[in-house]
Amino acid sequence: MLDPKKLKYMKSHEWLDLQGDAGTVGISDHAQKEITDVVFVEPPKVGRKVKQGEACCVVESVKAAFDIYAPVSGEITAVNAEVVKDPSLVNAEAFGKGWLFKLKASAPDEAAKLMTETAYGEFLKSEAAHGSH
Amino acid sequence: MSTTAVARRTALYESHKNLGGKIVDFHGWELPVQYESIMKEHEATRHRCGLFDVSHMGQVFATGPGALAFLQRLNANDISRIGPGKAIYSHLPNEKGGVVDDVIVSCLGKDRYLIVVNAATADKDFAWFQKHAKGFEVKLENRSDHFGMIAVQGPKAAEIASMIAPAMAALPRFGALELELYGQPSFITRTGYTGEDGCEFIVPNEIVVRVWEDLLAQGRSLGAVPCGLGARDVLRLEAGYLLYGQDLDDSLSTYEANYGWVVKLDKGDFIGKPALVKQKTEGIKRKLTGIKLLERGVPRAGAPVIIDGKEAGKLCSATFSPSLQAGIGTGYLDRPDLAPGTKCGVTLHGREIPAEIVKTPFYISPNLKKGA
Repeated sequence: MLDPKKLKYMKSHEWLDLQGDAGTVGISDHAQKEITDVVFVEPPKVGRKVKQGEACCVVESVKAAFDIYAPVSGEITAVNAEVVKDPSLVNAEAFGKGWLFKLKASAPDEAAKLMTETAYGEFLKSEAAHGSH
Repeated sequence: MSTTAVARRTALYESHKNLGGKIVDFHGWELPVQYESIMKEHEATRHRCGLFDVSHMGQVFATGPGALAFLQRLNANDISRIGPGKAIYSHLPNEKGGVVDDVIVSCLGKDRYLIVVNAATADKDFAWFQKHAKGFEVKLENRSDHFGMIAVQGPKAAEIASMIAPAMAALPRFGALELELYGQPSFITRTGYTGEDGCEFIVPNEIVVRVWEDLLAQGRSLGAVPCGLGARDVLRLEAGYLLYGQDLDDSLSTYEANYGWVVKLDKGDFIGKPALVKQKTEGIKRKLTGIKLLERGVPRAGAPVIIDGKEAGKLCSATFSPSLQAGIGTGYLDRPDLAPGTKCGVTLHGREIPAEIVKTPFYISPNLKKGA
């Protein structure tokens, strides 16, 4: 399992683990709780080029479908076949076995626009205070 | 939500909060959509027992020497078929054959009936009842604000319910029982909305919390869990039950909803009968039809169903079925003659997913097959 403190976050609740230009993407523990039981993951195609903020993956629960956005621009290098087979991994281990896809970042600097874990925690608090649904 | 009225809370609101229920607005009622997990709650209900707060549902009493005649006039089903201690599922047709509401009518005794109506339609229904009561010796009372309601569902439901209401053990399916619980006049019907055996407690608000807590306390050791609206919706769709307002409304008929068995044309005159006779004679042009995805995916209400390259209708209810491990849905398709097994497609996220027409209910509980 990855250390949530070392990840970068989007307001749309994706996390990014970036090592050089190699990125791994998933959704936060907060997001998996909000989404509830994940029953289907439609990953992006390997080789697809995505731009930062582009919807490229779908995570579905009994309740609804959620678009997953690319935290940085790049090319999809791998998708998590395990999670496609057993989508409940997203709920069980959002920061580990529940990862969704990997990408080769074309502009790793874009990660600077993402939130640190502390900033993401603050963001969640402010979101809760506004009673978003 | 479009509703501007302040959301209403059931007597169990605090209990839901304490149990970690995630509260949502449901037709103006603040109710839990889930506690821990829709999947776990679904699983518990199919295999053990689920407890559901359904206090938002309404209760109307019809009493007096003209009560039966009045109910016969308003119902598509034949209310004379139930005597004291029995309940029946029915539709209230309007003049055009559309459906005002779907209800469960219980006969409590001679000239005494209880009608359980949907939450969102309770006021509409009561106005409809009053409008059509003229000329009948019937007294109508809307006691929806007085009663709470708890559904106990699943193969262990009868055992658990009997612990606080021993008389329940002998209650047959669609039996209706009038009894005192904690000194309060209450009712139990062996009915439900999950496709499992079970019963529904209709008790005064003063004791709802007590009944809920006792059922939970007694049921925990048998694996009972509190369940929210999310699990309830998945369970009812698997079981082929209609959700009024979503699968059925004033413009859709009982025949179109594929619930023709509810309509008893031989019982005499009733509101909507001429329109229903006409539909039966001429045939319907659309029918609520079940579909199952043949590939992984989760269909959603509103998704188009494609047959022979053409849109045949849209899904009105759809979900991932944990029992079938497949996406399922129902929609009014303009091809009422489709045989089960007919291949079709469902458009999801702009892509057509292969699917086929299936019979409903999607899931028949093996627990019910045993004749519980």
